[in-house]
Amino acid sequence: MSQPPRVVAPAEELTIASNDEVVIVRQKVRATAIELGFSLVDQTKVVTAASELARNTLVHAGGGHARIEVLDNGHRRGLRLTFADNGPGIPDLQLALTDGWSSGGGLGLGLSGSRRLVDEFELDSEPGRGTVVTVTKWTR
Amino acid sequence: MTVQENTSRHHIERLLRDNEDGILDRWVQISNEPLLGRVNESETRRELHEIYRVLLQSLSRPEAASELRGLLAELSRNRARQGFTPSETAVSVYGLKEAVYELIGAEQEGDEQALRGFIWLSRTIDGLGLYTFEAYSAARDKIISDQTEQLLELSTPVVKLWEGIVSVPLVGTLDSARTQVVMEKLLQTLVDTGSEYAVIDITGVPAVDTQVAQHLLKTVMAARLMGAHCVISGIRPQIAHTIVTLGIEFGDIVTKATLADALAYALRKSGVEVVNKRRTRLAIRAEEA
Repeated sequence: MSQPPRVVAPAEELTIASNDEVVIVRQKVRATAIELGFSLVDQTKVVTAASELARNTLVHAGGGHARIEVLDNGHRRGLRLTFADNGPGIPDLQLALTDGWSSGGGLGLGLSGSRRLVDEFELDSEPGRGTVVTVTKWTR
Repeated sequence: MTVQENTSRHHIERLLRDNEDGILDRWVQISNEPLLGRVNESETRRELHEIYRVLLQSLSRPEAASELRGLLAELSRNRARQGFTPSETAVSVYGLKEAVYELIGAEQEGDEQALRGFIWLSRTIDGLGLYTFEAYSAARDKIISDQTEQLLELSTPVVKLWEGIVSVPLVGTLDSARTQVVMEKLLQTLVDTGSEYAVIDITGVPAVDTQVAQHLLKTVMAARLMGAHCVISGIRPQIAHTIVTLGIEFGDIVTKATLADALAYALRKSGVEVVNKRRTRLAIRAEEA
């Protein structure tokens, strides 16, 4: 019987304002994923998702914040990443999550692809209010 | 400047000139104290003496200020090279204040003019200490930007694997700037060597996200426009998994798990046959028998 997840390690807050900081977010996420005992495939998936979402805050909102938390639901541990920005927001969430649709000249797979790379995905956005993306990946 | 300030300044200037040896001795002593014999005393003495001399000049001649800054920058560099922190360097400059203050305290206690002059001098010395700090960070910034440039060059060699086959082993993060360098180098090498096959090896790239994939696709497209065939190698299981989950399509681009596979593929395609020598010899013997 799994309990509601609780945060077990103090959250790590990172600022994303440049490409170098996207790399730092990626490294921190990888280090935490290794610590939690994620398999190599899962490590790579969660790191790639972090890379996509961190770059999204940079490209679409000019920068934002990332939070890395370690969760525990009783028998599994998880890695929760939150990416928040104060950018223009997303007018059409459905469209933004469509494969191949991009507003920034990319492949249009960042947001939709990240959703497939993780176990839980939450997108909260409103035009003019910024965007918050929360993703969680659990150990197997 | 008010008349009062002017007299205070002259007062302190006279004090500095008249007690040069005493102040300098004390300054050297104060500034070496926290460094615990990690510096050569005669060396420090020489440096500080030079700074003291030019400082005195700069008080009356503003032109000497640039020479003073040069000396401070040199002090900062020397100290940094010997492994001192910028704070330690700044503190040793601030030692002059202490040395002068002690002298004022001993000779002219309660003299308002002397104190006023000291405050003015103190401000000047603060500026000098901060300048050593600035010089330190400027030197460091330069090292960092030089290294970044070197790294950009170093990290993108294009190697010839065989006649007509070149390879770019990519290591680390692929951002726009690096992709640009990689692409330019690869395309130029294709022309220079007349190669028809290019192997882009991503074994050293830790994660392939949509941006990296897009950069790779663009590089392959550019090479194709020049008539070259591209193979992407170094796709490890976890990378393959991630690429599929993300939904990135590599289309008709040939991909291989290892650089060896890619080389074998390119050799086969260009008509080179790799024959196992030992087995051939066996075959010959069989014929003879």
